[in-house]
Amino acid sequence: MDFTLKVWRQKPGTQGKLVTYEAKGISSDASFLEMLDVVNERLIEKNEEPIAFDHDCREGICGMCGCVVNGYAHGHQGGTTLCQLHMREFSDGSVIYVEPWRAKAFPVIKDLVVNRSAFDAIITAGGYISIRSGSAPDGNAMPIAKETADAAMDVAECIGCGACVAACPNASAMLFTSAKITQLALLPQGQAERMTRAQRMVRAMEAAGFGACTNHGECEAACPKEISMDNIARLNREFIGSSIKK
Amino acid sequence: MKLDSKTPDGPIEKRWDDYKFQLKLVNPANKRKFDIIVVGSGLAGASAGATLAQLGYNVRCFFYQDSPRRAHSIAAQGGINAAKNYQGDGDSVYRLFYDTVKGGDYRARESNVYRLAEVSNHIIDQCVAQGVPFAREYGGNLANRSFGGAQVSRTFYARGQTGQQLLLGAYSALMSQVNAGKVKLYNRTEMLELVVADGRARGIVTRDMVTGKIESHAADAVVLATGGYGNVFYLSTNAKGCNVTAAYRAYRKGAGFANPCYTQIHPTCIPVHGEYQSKLTLMSESLRNDGRIWVPKKKGDTRAPLDIPQDERDYYLELRYPSFGNLVPRDVASRAAKKACDEGRGVGSTGLGVYLDFGDAVERLGEDGVRERYGNLFHMYEKITAENPYKVPMRIFPAVHYTMGGLWVDYNLMTTIPGCFAIGEANFSDHGANRLGASALMQGLADGYFVLPYTIGDYLATQGNSSVNTDDKHFTQAVDDAAGKVDRLLGIKGKRTPDSFHRELGKLLWDNCGMARSDESLNAALAKIPKIKEEFWQNLRVTGSGAELNQTLETAGRVADFIDFAEILVKDALARTESCGGHFRIESQTEESEAKRNDDEFSHAAVWEYKGEGEAPERHTEALRFEYCKPSQRSYK
Repeated sequence: MDFTLKVWRQKPGTQGKLVTYEAKGISSDASFLEMLDVVNERLIEKNEEPIAFDHDCREGICGMCGCVVNGYAHGHQGGTTLCQLHMREFSDGSVIYVEPWRAKAFPVIKDLVVNRSAFDAIITAGGYISIRSGSAPDGNAMPIAKETADAAMDVAECIGCGACVAACPNASAMLFTSAKITQLALLPQGQAERMTRAQRMVRAMEAAGFGACTNHGECEAACPKEISMDNIARLNREFIGSSIKK
Repeated sequence: MKLDSKTPDGPIEKRWDDYKFQLKLVNPANKRKFDIIVVGSGLAGASAGATLAQLGYNVRCFFYQDSPRRAHSIAAQGGINAAKNYQGDGDSVYRLFYDTVKGGDYRARESNVYRLAEVSNHIIDQCVAQGVPFAREYGGNLANRSFGGAQVSRTFYARGQTGQQLLLGAYSALMSQVNAGKVKLYNRTEMLELVVADGRARGIVTRDMVTGKIESHAADAVVLATGGYGNVFYLSTNAKGCNVTAAYRAYRKGAGFANPCYTQIHPTCIPVHGEYQSKLTLMSESLRNDGRIWVPKKKGDTRAPLDIPQDERDYYLELRYPSFGNLVPRDVASRAAKKACDEGRGVGSTGLGVYLDFGDAVERLGEDGVRERYGNLFHMYEKITAENPYKVPMRIFPAVHYTMGGLWVDYNLMTTIPGCFAIGEANFSDHGANRLGASALMQGLADGYFVLPYTIGDYLATQGNSSVNTDDKHFTQAVDDAAGKVDRLLGIKGKRTPDSFHRELGKLLWDNCGMARSDESLNAALAKIPKIKEEFWQNLRVTGSGAELNQTLETAGRVADFIDFAEILVKDALARTESCGGHFRIESQTEESEAKRNDDEFSHAAVWEYKGEGEAPERHTEALRFEYCKPSQRSYK
C-alpha cells in the first residue's frame, strides 16, 4: 500500500510544521507504528532525521504511544491504541495527517513526543490507598461483591495515554482523573481517604493546566479502553460531596 | 570471583525467618541518612522503591519511559501465583516450592525458591489492600485459575491484565512516596554506567534522554530492577525499549552474570508475518485452560481449520501428556510446537504455527462465557490478525518471552559487587532453567516488597554511608566513558541503521541459539557475532546530535551492548552441553525427545566474569544442593 503522510515536525524551542513524506510499499498487515518504523529507516538511509514518536509495549497496554491521526486521537478505529491500528484500516493511496497530542498541560518535546508528567502529578496528589508493605490483612478478610470488583476493574483499565485530553476541546483531564477516583471510591479499601483524595486530585488536575469538562463526550469516544464518561459524573459527586463535608 | 551464596542451613521452612532475625537493622532515625538508587520502575523497582521509602530511606528512581507506570511488567496478562489454597485443592507453600523447583528443571536454589513461595501469600494481601481489582467469585472471595506446570488452581488474576493492575498498584504506592517527599523520580533517563570505587557500588551515570545531558548520581546502594534481555533476539514479546545495558554495564564492572543461556520461549504468541515486524505479541498462557492445541495429522494439509474433521486433528499435547494436557510447562509446549512444524504439519501461510482452538470452550461456556474470561485477549488477537477467534481457531507459535538468566545474586539479592543489588527479572535467582507461568509477577513483587527491604538494611548497617561523591575520579571517569561512547556512535557516519544490525543479530541468535541449540549452530553464531560487531562500529549511521531527544542514538547504544552480550549468551549455551528447561541442546535428549539433564556435570549455576575488552570471560560455578526436591527426569505425562 502507498500513503502520503503529513507529519508534525518540531524541534525544542522552535515552531513546528507539517512535513510531507511518501510511504510506499507498506504491508497492509503492518501496524501504524511499524509503518512509521519503515519511513524512519528510509529517512536515516537518506541521512535525514527520523520522526520522533513515543512507543514501547506495542500491544496496547503501556499507554506510551499515541498521536492524533487524521484528527482522531489514536486514529479513527474505536477501542484501540495507535500501536494496535493496522494499515489495512486505511485506503490505499490516502493522505494521512499525523500530529502530537495538543494540550497546554502536555507540551511538545519533539515532533510527536509530548510531556505527560502532569498525569503523574495528579496521581501523586492522591491516586492511591496508603498501605505499608507487609501490613495488609488476609486477601479474603473482606469479601467484595463481584459486581463491585468488575466495576472497579472497568475503570482501572485506564492506560494513562492522554487520548482523552487530546480529544477534548477543553483539553480536560476529567476522564483520566475520574477513572482513578471511581476505582478507589467503589472499593471498600478506598473509603478511608475518599474525601481528601477527591479534593487533592482535582486541585492537582487544575494546577497542571487542564481545562474543565463541558460534556462534549469526545474523551469517551477516543478512549482506547472505552472508559465511560459516566465516571465524570461520579468525580463531580465525589468532589462536591467532599467539599461540603470538609 | 568469589561466589558466596549465603544460603542458610536448617529446616527449609524456618530458613528465611531465622535469617531475617540475624540480619542487622538500621534504626528508624538513621534510615533517613541513607540514599538508595533504584533503576527501573516495573514490579520489582516500583515495589522496592515504595517500600524502601516507607521505611525511611531516600530513594531516587530512574527509568527510560515518561512515567513509571509504563514499565513492561504492565503487559503481563494471565496472573500471579500464590499458595493461598483458597480453592482447597491441596495447594501449600511446599507444593508451590516443589512445583517451581521442578518446573525450573532443578536448576534453582532451593532456599530462594522456598522463600518466594512463602512470601507469595503476603503479595496477594498487599495488592488487595492497594485496591487491585482481582477477579472475584459471586460470594465476594478472590477467584483463581490454573496455569502451566501445576495441578492446582493458584493463579490470581485481573481479567487478562493482571500485570497492569499489579504494576498500577506498585506505581500508586511509589507515587504516594513521591508525595511524601521520600522518592524522587527521573523519567526519560537511561543508566549508562555503574560506578564502582574501592570495591563498592557508589552510584550510576545516566543520560537525560530529552536534553542529552550526561549526569552522575552517588548513593549508598544501587538496586538494578532493569528487567530481562529477551530483546537480544530482536523479535520478542518484550517492549521495544527493554534492553540489557544496565545489567551488561554492571557485568563489565565486576558483577557476575549467571546462566545467560536460560531464555524462555513462550509457546502461545501470534506468529511472525513480515520483515517489517517490530515485535511479537503474546497470547496469555491462561488461554490454555480452555483452548485446545492441535495441528492436522496429515503433512501439508492446507484445508481451512474448520474443514478438518476431528479424527484428522492431532491434539498432540493431550495425547503425549495426558495428566497435564494443554497445561504442560512452557518449554515443553514450545518444543512440541516446533516438532510439529518441523514435521511439516505447521499451519498458516508460513507453516510456522499451530492452532489454539476455542470451539469446545465456546460450545461449553457460550461466547459470553469465553469473553468474560479472555475478552481482551480475543480482542487483541482480532486487532492484529483480522480473524475472529470465537469462530476460527487462533494460530500461535513460540516466541522469546522471558529470561531466567541474569545478574548473579546471593540470598540477599546482592550481586558480586557489594552494594549493587539486582531484583526481579534482572537477577537469575528463582526460576532455574524454566519459569512457570504467573511466577514472574510473583518474583518481582516478592523481591521488591518483601525481600530486598530486609536484606539491604543489613548491607547499609554493616557498611555505613558511602564516602564517595560525584567529584570523585571514578565518577568523572565513568562520565567520560559514557560521553565517549555517545561521541563514537555519532562519529561513525556509516550507512546502516541501528535496527538493521539489531535484526541481523536477532535472527542469528534465533536460528542458532533459539529453541534448539547444537555445538555446530552455537559455534556458527560465535564466529558471526564479531563480524556483526566489526561492521557495526564501522558502518553504523546515527543521525542528529547527542544533545537532544535522539531515539536513533538510544537504539544504537542498546544494540552495541546487545552485540557484546550475545557473545556471553552463546558461550554459556555452548558450555552447557546438557539440556535443561528452556535450554535445549539437540545432542542431549531422551528417546522421547525430551530435554535430558546431566546432573553429574551441570547441577550448578554458571557465572561469567568479565576479564576486559577482547579477553575471554571466565566461567565460574555455584554448585546447587537439593535436600528436599530430589532431581528426577521431569515428567508431565
